[in-house]
Amino acid sequence: MSAFICAALALIPLFAVLIYVFIQGAARLGPDLFTQLPPPPLVKGGGFGNAFMGTLLMVGIAALISIPFGVLAAIFLAEFARDTKLSDAVDFCTNVLSGVPSIVIGVFAYSIVVLTTGTFSAVAGGVALAVLMLPTIVKTATEALESVPTEFRQASVGLGATRFQTVAGVVLPAALSAIVTGVMLAVARAAGETAPLIFTALFNQYWPRGIWEPTASLAVLVFNFAIVPYKNQQQLAWAAALVLVLMVLIASILARWVTRKR
Amino acid sequence: MSWQRSATSRLVDKGFIWLTGVFAIGVAVVLAAIALQVGQQAFPAMQQFGLGFIIGTRWDPVQNIYGAWPQIYGTIVTSVLALLLAVPIGVGVALFLSEDFLPPRIQRPIVFLVELLAAIPSVVYGLWGIFVLIPILTPVGNWIHQTLGFIPIFSTAPSGPGIYVAGFILAIMILPIIAAISRDALVAVPPELRQGAYGLGATRWETIFQVILPTAISGIVGGIMLALGRAMGETMAVTMVIGNSNRVTGSIFDSGSTVSALLANQFAEAGGLQISALMYAALLLFGLTLIVNILAELLVRSVRLKV
Repeated sequence: MSAFICAALALIPLFAVLIYVFIQGAARLGPDLFTQLPPPPLVKGGGFGNAFMGTLLMVGIAALISIPFGVLAAIFLAEFARDTKLSDAVDFCTNVLSGVPSIVIGVFAYSIVVLTTGTFSAVAGGVALAVLMLPTIVKTATEALESVPTEFRQASVGLGATRFQTVAGVVLPAALSAIVTGVMLAVARAAGETAPLIFTALFNQYWPRGIWEPTASLAVLVFNFAIVPYKNQQQLAWAAALVLVLMVLIASILARWVTRKR
Repeated sequence: MSWQRSATSRLVDKGFIWLTGVFAIGVAVVLAAIALQVGQQAFPAMQQFGLGFIIGTRWDPVQNIYGAWPQIYGTIVTSVLALLLAVPIGVGVALFLSEDFLPPRIQRPIVFLVELLAAIPSVVYGLWGIFVLIPILTPVGNWIHQTLGFIPIFSTAPSGPGIYVAGFILAIMILPIIAAISRDALVAVPPELRQGAYGLGATRWETIFQVILPTAISGIVGGIMLALGRAMGETMAVTMVIGNSNRVTGSIFDSGSTVSALLANQFAEAGGLQISALMYAALLLFGLTLIVNILAELLVRSVRLKV
């Protein structure tokens, strides 16, 4: 019974958050949100098109960096170095990296990109998100590759394939759906990350003009508009929060569905 | 001989293995690069303030005097508060989800929901905290202050944002980690132990408290430490509800700050030595979470190896 109460206590905040975000966010949901710019204080209407675009842009940059990086590292861990000291050590580093506070990763991206280029930019934000996504991608891709049956590899090698051909032609395609799932989860989470973007991408009231410019994002918009006293901007913050939560929700459900099918 | 591979295909193979190896090691390199880069940027402030930075209580960009004790104190207090709230519930949930209280058809969606709790962006928790949690907690806090105000930690009246709200939100956010890892540790307890305890005539709760929990304890502690690491580094939700005041008071109803909130609030507008001081603060946070995470990882690993 007491265990039951614990489970209920744990789930109450989840439902409280989800329901509140849905109710508050749905009030403003509509096409305008994605085609218009955030309004100045006391002006009605508007949307967060620039922030949505900015989030896509930065998550895209992050994905371009961390997907190849993570998948190649996972191939080494799962195919060429399984159960060795080296893979153990890299595995350890991956776990530790996933525990590094996102704000510290933001500071890191600031010092290598913003300080070097002299400007806040989408690239700096993308680099920060890439570092954040990396451990998730390495971990899920390694698991996906390891769950491919050994017989596949033996059959491929038996037919005369090289190790490269085996990995690229047999093992990777077999693990692809699970890898895509992991990537999707990493992307959805990166889209909601705020702390490392506040001082790498900063914010921008206008449409993105290039990857070397300060760039708006949904997450930072939520933060900025949550603490202003203007009703319209607060509503936009809730709508942006809803979009972020929906991304995570859809990615998680799809991930569930893919893993169940296997 | 025809079964021998051509020189090119062997070269491709070798190159491919090397390439993947480089990226695998690259993961470790990224971790090292974070430490080196932040450390290097923090160096001027370290030279200027030394260890006095940790106990200094002034954060004054105008005079260029920096001390981070109020933020370090806030980080510790909010994290401890979060653990006090989340550990009993988290371990309870883990027990509930591991000891066959429920049929799998109901259990699986609950596990999924608890995981979802971990995936909701921190900034959304912050938004919810401002508009929902603070209005709910303020009267509760007021009542506690009026009845138990003679105890120093309740000595001020809550005025909206505050340390206790941050602790509350952090507790919600770290609960899934504690629950998930504790559950793994509990599920890993060999069934023979359970059967043995039942065979000796122990009741279900005796078995849980005297056999299963002690066996799983290192895994559970590992999970709690991972959660502690997360709580110390959590930024957005805390920044939005803690009030961001630069002082140390004993009362949990007062507003405060944390190291991560300090970084979130000041970094974008900082310059010169202030940047370096912020990097110093980030380095301290990084070091603290690194120690906690490595200990946690070792504990959780020791469980995995036993299985």
